[in-house]
Amino acid sequence: MAKELITGAEILMRSLVDRGVTTLFGYPGGAIMPVFDALYDYRDKLNHILVRHEQGAAHAAEGYARVSGKVGVCLVTSGPGATNTITGIADAMLDSTPIVVITGQVGASLLGTDAFQECDVVNITQPISKWAYQIRSAADVAWAVNRAFYIASSGRPGPVVLDFAKNAQTELAEYRPVKVDFIRSYVPVPATTRDSIEEAAALINAAERPLVLIGQGVELGNAQEEVRAFIEKADAPAGCTLLGLSALPSDHRLNVGMLGMHGSLAANTMTQKCDLLIAVGMRFDDRVTGNLATYARQAKKIHFDIDPAEVNKNVPVDVAVLGDCKNTLPAVTALLKQQDHKTWIDAFSPYAEKEDRIVIQPEINPVSGPIRMGEVARKVSEHTAHKAILVTDVGQNQILSARYFKFTESRSIVTSGGMGTMGFGLPAAIGATFGAPDRTVCLILGDGGLQMTIEEFGTIMEQGSPVKIVLLNNNYLGNVRQWQELFFNRRYSFTPMMNPDYEKIAEAYGIAHATVTEREQLDGAIDAMLATPGAYLLQVAVIPEGEVLPMCCPGSDVDDMLLEVKKED
Amino acid sequence: MEKTLYTLIIFSENLAGVLNQVTNVFTRRQLNIESLNVSASGVDNIHRYTITCWSDESTIQKVTKQIEKKIDVIQANYFTNEDIFIMESALFKVSTSKLVNDRGISKAIRLHDGKIVEVNATYAIVSQEGLPAEVSELYQKLQASGCLLQFVRSGAIAVTKSRREELNEYLELRRTQYEWQSQHVKF
Repeated sequence: MAKELITGAEILMRSLVDRGVTTLFGYPGGAIMPVFDALYDYRDKLNHILVRHEQGAAHAAEGYARVSGKVGVCLVTSGPGATNTITGIADAMLDSTPIVVITGQVGASLLGTDAFQECDVVNITQPISKWAYQIRSAADVAWAVNRAFYIASSGRPGPVVLDFAKNAQTELAEYRPVKVDFIRSYVPVPATTRDSIEEAAALINAAERPLVLIGQGVELGNAQEEVRAFIEKADAPAGCTLLGLSALPSDHRLNVGMLGMHGSLAANTMTQKCDLLIAVGMRFDDRVTGNLATYARQAKKIHFDIDPAEVNKNVPVDVAVLGDCKNTLPAVTALLKQQDHKTWIDAFSPYAEKEDRIVIQPEINPVSGPIRMGEVARKVSEHTAHKAILVTDVGQNQILSARYFKFTESRSIVTSGGMGTMGFGLPAAIGATFGAPDRTVCLILGDGGLQMTIEEFGTIMEQGSPVKIVLLNNNYLGNVRQWQELFFNRRYSFTPMMNPDYEKIAEAYGIAHATVTEREQLDGAIDAMLATPGAYLLQVAVIPEGEVLPMCCPGSDVDDMLLEVKKED
Repeated sequence: MEKTLYTLIIFSENLAGVLNQVTNVFTRRQLNIESLNVSASGVDNIHRYTITCWSDESTIQKVTKQIEKKIDVIQANYFTNEDIFIMESALFKVSTSKLVNDRGISKAIRLHDGKIVEVNATYAIVSQEGLPAEVSELYQKLQASGCLLQFVRSGAIAVTKSRREELNEYLELRRTQYEWQSQHVKF
């Protein structure tokens, strides 16, 4: 039979389809036109979502990947199209999100000549991606695409960049399906040693005051059941990182809340009192540990992780259990004797009660004064029976909704953790509606973050994406304002912000909308938002100078938490 | 903190851009590379890097792991001078008149195994191979005598003193793992 020769662009289409891709987020341009031309014939198999800015494509792919566990795909042009995705690539790298970003590139003969819309994308993205590769010939396409998906999704996931030279898009080659499932220089899951399993089990069996730290690794490894069985047998209280919040149901009896800077007082205090700290799929970020020099010095430590480079990176540990926690957790659980740590678990209660009295109740059940961010987040969670996906932007809206949203299902929080990318929320929420079409997607964001990627209202309009947008409007860049209040003598340098009429903007895009200024309207307005099909913008006028509390201030010990801020009269 | 001269020996696939990724790990941690050598290794399509760097063990351990984490890096290990046989070469261009008039100069060259490989009325070229410390000693002596016109030293190259050949063992292990995976794991 004669060889069938097709263009590199069409080989890309077939490779994506064969890899199981159904959804792409992208934006066309000169150097990727042959690919978009090929895509025209694959519209029935590949649903391309036209975003309004390439940064939105990258964040949408992240949102899609985070809720579905599948690889998110972006398709953009060279030069500015490619550089606009950089923030999303770096964000995906820090938060271990599997995306593949395909960027157009000038033809190979023009590389290095400063040609129109040429940009050295591979060199720019190498330090912020798991792998970056330039495709210079059509014969290379199938291999590169399959390698990209294998690298993005295996082991510790991350972003991969494929820079697709225009000549390779138009050249003809034969399509031979390849399945890359092995790279000799890349070990996605390190071997687990029997010794590490036994040593970990021995430490846990001997511990009197164990504390477990659950990270996003549990969600990425689909080990939610395994971690639950593990903590139940060890009878160990567990705190979750921001990205790990939905790995354990919020109301599980052993869940002691979020860790870190704005985490729960009990979890942070007990970090300094436990005799064994067990980290699972988390990386001891500075926002979790506070002052490293004093962090859990009294405790022995066990670190379950898939990435050997995370072990001893920030916190030296006694036992490292390398491997996939889906396998390592049950192996350790099997060696555990059923533990009973009632006295230790009860010791958390006074701190939880103190935080509830001083911080939580005033935030979620205030009797007077302006609406607070925390009460909005808790109400949205309640009105969705704690089953919605929470997408946040970055800042006070993020931390307060993370604190007061409750989670009953896994893969239910989409937020920019490591990078703290303002503008992440809106496009990520759009991506999440495609990644989890059967679930309610609630986006909680602030007025600053909304404006950073507000152009994606256009995508919502065109796609009818059912994003429930809760805009907490305080006319401030609230988190920076809080830091100025606490650490810069209330000098509010460029944090007050003039806002447009968001309802008019929503109206122009055909997005249903409402504004709430009074507490009594809140329940009804949230119900109306959830009952309205499609997208909805609910603007809530919240307290202008609210604080995220408690707070472990930068450089402080993790148990040194500020519970109240005295306001000047 | 106490600093030691560590030597990293790294093996990578022969793909464009790997060197950049390796040196980036040093840059991010503000570590100066003392010397760097990249060349073909004894195995086809695998490149060998020898990098020396002053650091403390905790940092060099993290750097090594972060380098090995790069997709196309096959293996990265760090060593101290006791674990390896290390060698450097150097070229010295010296003034012929000073060389002739100062017997101390030719004595130093002989003492440090330097070879005079070219002489003319203006200059002489001395080549030397040896431990990095020996190269430094000859350099200091020639510099002090005022005869030095040019000086260049290569990056250090090193082989391990271990009786095991870890790259070969690793490649063999990966081959076995692949065969096992192909037979047992369905994707």
